[in-house]
Amino acid sequence: MISDLQRERLAHRRSRSRRSTLIALVSTVVFAAVAWFTVTSSPGWPRVRRSFFDLETARRSLPAVLDGLWLNVRVLVVCEVLILVLALGIAALRTLRGPVWFPVRVLATGYVDLFRGLPLIICLYLVGFGLPGLRLTGLPRDPVVLGSIALVLVYSAYVAEVFRAGIESVHPSQLAAARSLGLDHGRTMRIVVLPQAVRRVLPALLNDFVALQKDCGLISVLGAVDAVRAAQIASASSYNFTPHVVAGLLFVLLAVPSARLADLVSRRAARRWGAA
Amino acid sequence: MSGPVLSVRGLVKSYGADRVLDGVDLDVHEHEVVVLIGASGSGKSTLLRCVDLLEEVDDGQVLLDGQDVSDPRVDADVARRAMGVVFQQFNLFPHLSVLDNVTLASRVVHGVPRERAEREALALLERVGVGDKARAHPDRLSGGQQQRVAIARALAHEPRLLLLDEITSALDPELVGEVLTLVRELAAQGRTILMATHEMGFAKQVADRVCFLDRGRLVESGPPEQVLGEPEHERTRQFLRRIVAAGRLV
Ligand SMILES: Nc1ncnc2c1ncn2[C@@H]1O[C@H](COP(=O)(O)OP(=O)(O)O)[C@@H](O)[C@H]1O
Ligand SMILES: [Mg+2]
Repeated sequence: MISDLQRERLAHRRSRSRRSTLIALVSTVVFAAVAWFTVTSSPGWPRVRRSFFDLETARRSLPAVLDGLWLNVRVLVVCEVLILVLALGIAALRTLRGPVWFPVRVLATGYVDLFRGLPLIICLYLVGFGLPGLRLTGLPRDPVVLGSIALVLVYSAYVAEVFRAGIESVHPSQLAAARSLGLDHGRTMRIVVLPQAVRRVLPALLNDFVALQKDCGLISVLGAVDAVRAAQIASASSYNFTPHVVAGLLFVLLAVPSARLADLVSRRAARRWGAA
Repeated sequence: MSGPVLSVRGLVKSYGADRVLDGVDLDVHEHEVVVLIGASGSGKSTLLRCVDLLEEVDDGQVLLDGQDVSDPRVDADVARRAMGVVFQQFNLFPHLSVLDNVTLASRVVHGVPRERAEREALALLERVGVGDKARAHPDRLSGGQQQRVAIARALAHEPRLLLLDEITSALDPELVGEVLTLVRELAAQGRTILMATHEMGFAKQVADRVCFLDRGRLVESGPPEQVLGEPEHERTRQFLRRIVAAGRLV
């Protein structure tokens, strides 16, 4: 049972929230209508619609673009695994203390500085066209492989910093507790520090994963026939940009589940660590 | 009689220009309970950390059963296995269950098979009164329960020497008793203990020897009734007066 006072308060709250929802709904509809009207009544709209939103072209290009997207997905999975392993290694190297490890630390730091600063597109050109230019036997020539190498190089530097932030967020008292039990540095990292660090940076890692998803489309500049390249080919033969829109939409659809997962993980992490 | 379990000789530790330990000498014999008292910042934690080799000493020696473990040629990871530490803030591993916290060192460092390690850990958790929490994570436990788990963790690998650093200072007053009772039991079992505490009543009952640390120097050391009852040094008297004023001396 609740008191009349509380009943009256609840009724007030309900009516207030009904009003807010109504306002939000109406304003959204009005905004959408205005935007739609502005675009469709613009003098260039008929042409834009023909060259960007042509249903027939979209249907014809879809199979090829989907094929290309499948390549993007495979590149994404392989790169992500390599990036996580490499980044974790670099981050762990950067935490080593003592003069013996100085050269290793400097190398790891240099790597991160270099590849975090280097624009991805330039890295792609350097790896994609520079490496094969050396004409060394044994080096890969496949643009897919070369593109993946460039992605792994650049993203590892970013993700290593994410891991490092996580490692440094683990309180020194956790290290003291682990060392006092007789664990050496390696086991302390592996069993005590990294599991806590990874949990804390999981949202940031997923965010980088979403970014990688779309950057996988950049391997097309090396000639790999991925979704973007397939769209280019279809556009060229149909004199129509619709295939690019198709590829773009597919990339967005691919990113939505990852983005929702990232949200979910962030919320759970906030609950778990925020309360503690 | 054999030599002391722990022998600290002329220990010096500085942070920058700050000489936190200024030539400390201290012996702890087998089955002895030695209590460190002293104002906040007098160097109690630093001394315990140096003994456990968590800090590099700037001069002097730490001898465990006669072996100089502060020698850089000694593997500190191995030397630490002879000691168990309980910290003021418990420092349990939040991502591991209570049971995994307690068995970690046995399994990973001492190579005890998981099954045996867990059997022993469960018996130990039962003894410290948190047997029913073995599968829980530390954040589900009260402060007193967490601290008892931390004590079980420190005992799991059968250390020669137990180091306790103000293990009741982070607890709510009503939880202090349960942890002190446990330490009393450990002392009665003949454990060798070096502990820092502000619980003067407890020190009086349980300590074989009380050492007063003041600005990094061991000013006074002796049986509790002497150091706490009729201290020789003015600094000790001042410290005890402040403690009495704060209502901590029973
Ligand atoms: N890691 C550190 N870096 C710099 N100064 C420290 C550090 N740890 C302790 N100190 C200083 O050493 C002194 C003694 O500290 P501590 O041993 O924690 O005292 P107690 O445990 O007796 O309260 C304090 O002045 C403290 O500020
Ligand atoms: Mg202290």
